[in-house]
Parts: sequence; C-alpha cells; structure tokens
Amino acid sequence: MGSPPWFFRFSGRLVRWLLPLTVALLLVGAFWGLLVAPPDFRQGNSYRIIYIHVPAAVVALAGYYVMALAGAVSLIWRIKMADVTMRAAAPVGAVLTAIALVTGAVWGKPTWGTWWVWDARITSMLLLFFLYLGVVALFEAYENKTAAARACAVLSLIGTVNIPIIYKSVDWWYSLHQPASIKFTGESAIDSSMLYPLLLMIGAFYCLFALTVLLNMRAELLWRHRDSAWVQQLIGDA
Amino acid sequence: MTPLLSARGVAVERGDRPLLQNVSLSVFAGQVWQLVGANGMGKTSLLRALSGLARLGVTGDIQRHAPLLYLGHSAALKLSLTATENLRFHPACETSAQPGEIASALAAVNLRGYEGRPVSSLSAGQQRRVALARLVLSPAALWLLDEPFTALDAAGCDWLEHRVREHVAEQGAVVFTSHQASRFGGLQQDMDLSHHVV
Amino acid sequence: MSSEGPSVSMFAAFSWQFVRHAKTLINSPADVANPLLFFFMVITLFPLGLGPDPERLAAMAPGILWVVALLASLMVSSKLFASDFEDGSLEQLALAPYPLPILALGEIAAHWLATGGLLSLVSPIFGIMLGLPTQGLATLMFSLLLGSICLTLIGAVGSALTVSIRRGGLLLSLLIIPLNVPVLIFGTAAVNEAVIGGNAVSWLALLGGLALGALALMPIAIGAALRVSLDN
Repeated sequence: MGSPPWFFRFSGRLVRWLLPLTVALLLVGAFWGLLVAPPDFRQGNSYRIIYIHVPAAVVALAGYYVMALAGAVSLIWRIKMADVTMRAAAPVGAVLTAIALVTGAVWGKPTWGTWWVWDARITSMLLLFFLYLGVVALFEAYENKTAAARACAVLSLIGTVNIPIIYKSVDWWYSLHQPASIKFTGESAIDSSMLYPLLLMIGAFYCLFALTVLLNMRAELLWRHRDSAWVQQLIGDA
Repeated sequence: MTPLLSARGVAVERGDRPLLQNVSLSVFAGQVWQLVGANGMGKTSLLRALSGLARLGVTGDIQRHAPLLYLGHSAALKLSLTATENLRFHPACETSAQPGEIASALAAVNLRGYEGRPVSSLSAGQQRRVALARLVLSPAALWLLDEPFTALDAAGCDWLEHRVREHVAEQGAVVFTSHQASRFGGLQQDMDLSHHVV
Repeated sequence: MSSEGPSVSMFAAFSWQFVRHAKTLINSPADVANPLLFFFMVITLFPLGLGPDPERLAAMAPGILWVVALLASLMVSSKLFASDFEDGSLEQLALAPYPLPILALGEIAAHWLATGGLLSLVSPIFGIMLGLPTQGLATLMFSLLLGSICLTLIGAVGSALTVSIRRGGLLLSLLIIPLNVPVLIFGTAAVNEAVIGGNAVSWLALLGGLALGALALMPIAIGAALRVSLDN
C-alpha cells in the first residue's frame, strides 16, 4: 500500500476516470448554476458567484481535515505516503481558501456595496487561510524535509482542534458587535432549483480537490524517486 | 548477558540523503567502542541515533537496556548560572546530587574553588570540564560521548581517559567518537564507518 | 553502578526545570523588563495614532490592551526554547528519563510567571492610562491572567516548532496568530462586559476552559515539536 511504484500505478488509474468526471461535473454545474438556475429574488444575477464561493469554502475546510488526517497517519504509523498526501493537500487547500475569499469579496461588492466585510464566515475563512499559509510556510522553512513533514503534521493537528473553537468564537464575536440593522449573511432558505446545482458544484469541487492532490502526489513521487529504477523505466517507456 | 545497547541493521539518513547503512553493534558491559570515520561520514548522526535523539530517518532495530548519558558537542550549560547550579539542576535529571557530591565532582575535574562562579566567567576548557563533571555524578551505565577529547588540554585528556577506564572496570560501557588516535589500546574496539557509507 | 529507574521523582524533575529557568531569568532582568517596556511603549502609540479623545480611547481600551498583550506574548515566545536549543540543553531534556512534555512544562511555568503573569498583574495601570473605567480593571487583570496561560502555551508550541529555523521569529507569529484568536475574542468580550456593568464570569469561565484545555493538550504537542526540531 505504501510503496511508491504501486501508488503511482494506482493513482494513474484513478486519475484516468477522475479527470473526465471532474471536468464533466464542473461544466454541468457551472452551466446549470450560472445560466440555467433562476435569478434570486433579492440579489438578481449577482448571487450566482455562490456556485463557486460556497463549494470552494466547503472543500477548503474539509481539505484542512484531510491534510491533518494524513498528518496524523504519518505521525502514528510513520507511513511516508501520508507525508506526501499532506504536502500535496496543503497548497491546494490554501488556493481554494483564497478563491473562496476572493469570490466572497466579488459577491460582496454588488450585494452590500463594499469589497470586504468582517462578518463571521468571511473572517473565519480568513483565519483558515492563515492556518494553511502557516503549514506551507513551516514546510518551506525546514531544511530537513522529513522533519518538515513531521512538524507540519503536528501543526495541522493543533489546527484541527482549534478550528471549531475559532469558528465558534468568531461567531460569538460577530454577534456581540453586530450592528442591529445589518445582517450580512442571513440564513435564508434556499430554493431547490438553486440547491441542486450548488450541491453538484460542491461535488465537483471535491472531485477537483482529489484530482489536484493526486496529481501533486504523483509529481512529488516522480521527483523524490527520480533516480530509482521504476522512475527511470517510466521515463524510458514514455 | 544482555548488551547495554544493541543495534542491528541500522541505516541513517539526513533529510532524504542516506548516510550509513547496515550498521550493527552490540555494546556489553566493560567495553569501549570508538566510532571511526572521516568528517561528514555520519559519526555524530549515528551516535545521536544510538542515543535516541535522532529518530527521523533512522531505520533498523536499536535497543537500549541501560540508562545512558549523552555528551554532545554543546555543553548544555546555562552561562549565567554557577557550576554548582548547572550540575544540580541539569536538564538530564539523572541524578539527585547533593551540594557536597557536586563539590567533590568539581574537585575531581580540577575545578575546586570554582563552584560558586558563574559559568560565563570560566574559560572554554573549564566549561568543558564542568560538563565532564557529570561523568562523576551520573549513575548511568552507558556513556555516549561525541568528540569528548576536543577542547581539553593534555591534563584534561588524561583525566578523561582515566575516568573511562574506571567506568568500564566498574561494568560500565562507553561509545565515543574522536578524531584523535586510539587512546585505549587493546581495551577498545573500533567500528569503522567507512564500511557502511552509502 | 545503577541500572534502576530514574533517581528523582517526576515532580522534582519538573520543579528543577522550573527553578533552572527561573534562575536564568532572574540573572537577566532585561528579559523580564523588556516585554513590559514593549507593552508600555506600544500602548502609547494608540493615543498618538488615534487621537487623545478620552471617550474614544476608553471605548477601544479593552481591544487595544488585549491586542498589545498578544503581541508582547508573540515577542517573548520566540525566545522560550531558543537558548536551550543553542546550548544543547534541549538535547539533554529529550534524553532525560522523564516525559519531555512535563519537563518543558516546568520551563514554560517559569516563563509564564515572568511574562504573562507579570504583565497581567500590572495591566490595570495601562488600563487606567487608556481610560478604561474602574469597573473593568479587575476583569482586565483576571482575563489576562487566564488568557496569558493559553497564549504562553500556544506560543510554546510555535517556539518548539520553529526553534531550529534561522530567523524563525516571524514564522512563529504567522503560525500562532490564528490560534490565539479565540483567546483574544473571549478576553475582550469579558472586559467589555465588565465595563458596561454586566457579569463577565461566563467569559472568564470560557477563558479558564481554554486554559485547562491548553494545559491538557499542548504539552504533548510541545514535546513532539521539540523532538522534531532536534531532528532538523
């Protein structure tokens, strides 16, 4: 299971069907959400950015847990492949969080008139972005990359314990300071004609996450074992 | 008789760079072992692996059956504390030495009268000797010493050699690395690391 | 020649590390005074930057005091294990026949008393300087006392992770600022509640809960992080 050549073959098979699936889901979801679904009663067409914003945010948060889980596996069972998974997942999660933040800002401008709003969800997302950046920066700072992976595993585990606390405390912070009249992200019920494309896009983003992480892992394995026999054979065959 | 330390098939790497492979060693009571090899070959890395300090990148079976004392390159001394305080509250926590015992240990390393001086006021050689005073105080059976003869003058080297001989005579064991030529003659065994370089 | 177990009790080992670190701090008073001076000077920047209007300063005082306390904690955290790493003490701690988390906790306890604990005790003075109403001063002190336990422990994890990195201080800040946010939120909420005359006990209880949780979980992470740093 943990052997690099085996994983490379296995992930190759996975990628072969995951890639078309991801592309299909993204295209269908985007088309459905951006063009077919009806405009919102209050926000008109500008709400459609949620078909990118919400999936990115959901998968970014889930991705942190995937990364931390891989780190835990690496710490407890010393499986090197888990290290590679963690390394691969961190930048993907960070980029997804950035996409969520930027699309959140894009959503904010036509809806509330400002590019940035310190509401609970955006602020929590910003802190999640910092947590991701911390993991990436810690990895780059260590010279010994085996130690770097171990350090990042410890850090992301601490992060997972803290994320619920951070999210909850930011929630409370927001409700303490919230100006009485304005509520930025209300919990309005979402119509099924908008819900289904949203769920589809969330699924598409999960697939995109898995695809990108697998591709990253494959690249990492090729580089790490570039001098070994099985890689040389692959290059020779290509 | 169980060895104090046994290592089988140990490989050491730093980062992703392999250093040594297939190192096997059994240290029994009364033995002196010297790890021999050129600079950068991995003597310190191997010693750290044997002590348990280095865990990442170390594969193979290492078993320690006795409490050990490790002396690395740095003396682990707080410069603002006195020699006595440094030994009394040593981070290795291996001994509950009383001030009287500490004073006689310092006397043994030729630092009588320096007990109450802050370590920062001692010379480098004297600081090294404060660190070596642990060899008198510690009850550990197995000593792992990294370049212990460095920064010692001739008298200090003689003292250390004498102390090592005493220790193994009392059924202790010593593993050390050193640039200098063999001091222990027939008593010591060498592990030549050049045979294990990757 | 003894091959039995360790010759001192675990509590003795813990208190030895406490005493060792405490003596080192006593011998260098600058390490204790500098964070306080930092706190003092940075507090002064706020009236200079925001204007001297007493009402506005008083309204912002809880947030300002807490943020500056957090910054001061970041500043001292980077020094926590640095000298131990450099002089080889950390190696000896890792090899000692006691759990590394317990030994590290001894040092952290001494460190906290000299930094967070001390700062909390003198914080009412700075509260007055910013015009914090009297009813908020006691809560300020207690919230900082409890909160600084968390800040110190989180800072210790950051220090343990970055001690083997050159110029790791800035990276440390990046790592632990997000983790410190809940402490900041609960601390300022407590003081704000006290200022308007309400009961801050529930916020202080939350801070206490965070402190207990940190005491339970962080030492293990600190031990693991220290061993990783030794292997870098």
